[in-house]
Amino acid sequence: MLEITSTRHNPLVDPVLSVWSWEIPVYLFFGGMIAGMMILAGLNMLRLAKGERAEGFYSVQTPILGFILMNLGMGALFLDLAHKLFVYRVYMAFEPLSPMSWGSWVLLLVYPVILVSALIRLPQAWPWLGERLPVLQRLSDALVASPGKIRLLGGLNVGLGIALGIYTGILLSTMVARPLWNSAILGPLFLFSGLSAAAAMVHLVASLVPGHPAPRSFLGGALAMLVQPLGDRPPEPRTADGLIKADLGFLAIELVLIGLLFIGLLSSSASHVAAVDLLVSGKYATVFWGVVIVAGILVPLALQWLELGHRIPHTVIPAVLVLAGGFALRWVMVGAGQASHMVAAAGF
Amino acid sequence: MPRFGMVIDTLKCVGCMDCVVACQTENDVPQGYCRDWIVTETRGAFPNLTLEIRSERCNHCDNPPCVTCCPTGASHVEDFGRTVQVTANQCIGCKACLAACPYGARFVHPDGYADKCTFCLHRVKEGKDPACVSVCPTHCMAFGDLDDPKSEVSRLLASRKYHTLLPEAGTKPRVFYLT
Repeated sequence: MLEITSTRHNPLVDPVLSVWSWEIPVYLFFGGMIAGMMILAGLNMLRLAKGERAEGFYSVQTPILGFILMNLGMGALFLDLAHKLFVYRVYMAFEPLSPMSWGSWVLLLVYPVILVSALIRLPQAWPWLGERLPVLQRLSDALVASPGKIRLLGGLNVGLGIALGIYTGILLSTMVARPLWNSAILGPLFLFSGLSAAAAMVHLVASLVPGHPAPRSFLGGALAMLVQPLGDRPPEPRTADGLIKADLGFLAIELVLIGLLFIGLLSSSASHVAAVDLLVSGKYATVFWGVVIVAGILVPLALQWLELGHRIPHTVIPAVLVLAGGFALRWVMVGAGQASHMVAAAGF
Repeated sequence: MPRFGMVIDTLKCVGCMDCVVACQTENDVPQGYCRDWIVTETRGAFPNLTLEIRSERCNHCDNPPCVTCCPTGASHVEDFGRTVQVTANQCIGCKACLAACPYGARFVHPDGYADKCTFCLHRVKEGKDPACVSVCPTHCMAFGDLDDPKSEVSRLLASRKYHTLLPEAGTKPRVFYLT
């Protein structure tokens, strides 16, 4: 028998650590999704630079959407801070051993790359902006006309996207005090979950208004910029199939990584085994198995498999489920990870 | 340069909480929070039971995870005494240090920054013991330089059996419990 009583009663720490609420899962979800969008966009920019037809690539339109989602994610992160007026301190120092410091500086690099990437879409989506600010139009023209610049931008998108995606997992996994997070698998898991969410989001927005001419108004242009593919003609059906195929791969890899995470934790110390119990049969089991695994991975895998075989019509349902599952994964991991703790040894 | 540590004799500690009250008074700890606390641990099966009463606080680890995870350097190892301290006006309140500490030693001060035991560094710089040590009615606590073989803490650790909390975390805590 082991009975421990404590007089400690600190808010957010006792009886169970709960310092991070909905804000951090939202930040990690958007961060992962933006990372995935940057990788998809970057890969397609590399194809554009090789001279392939631009109309086929939905993903190239995503930088401005990524910019908006990034601001939402950063807004959630800001809301989480308890000492908000001192937020500028993050950029007054670089702490090489702190993943959060690395992430903050990576995010600072991501912003300009996303904004420059958005210039590719400027002439089609916001012609009025190009007319009022000719410098942006000239930058856009110079960018589109230069395969070398597109290639560089594509490479930056892929590199920073991978760094951002892995960071969202590494941020948690370096904390030895939280056994559920204490696995290097978390980095690649959040990266592939982000890629899957990105493919789903691109698929979702591209399904809404495919192929119509861009409106010239401010709002209409902005919306068109979010959801319309590059070029005047609608993309071929195979591009949507390409996104579904990519998502199938990402979801399958995500499932394998979750399996590896479980194997790693279950074959480790008593603290790690107790941490896995939180997901297997504990407080978070229902959301983990119901939303993350079944609704967020297995059902979309099955539906998209059937869609590819033309046995059921294409719908946005798998994309919505993948997004719900991706958020639930972060929510479960952040909540259960905080609840996990090191188990004291059996004897003095 | 000294390397401060604390030694607590669990055979003398009665869990009176004088140390807790002294800390709250000395450091103006906000109501509802605590920088140190009492843990009572019972092990075994009746009638073979063992009881340990401990006064716990930040362990001022030699390998502090709260310092390495801090994105701003607010959590740092102070040169004087190698203790772990927080600079309030550098802290953004991200709470990563709270999640990183295996001992739950930190909390968010109502003003927004991370807070914890300082080993009463302001008193130690004046040559005094930390408040908790100075008020203990059973004299179960000792404070001093672990690198000085003549200090009371070094002599106690050399002559008695002791343990630290969660040594498997690899944090190398500097609060030792004599058994």
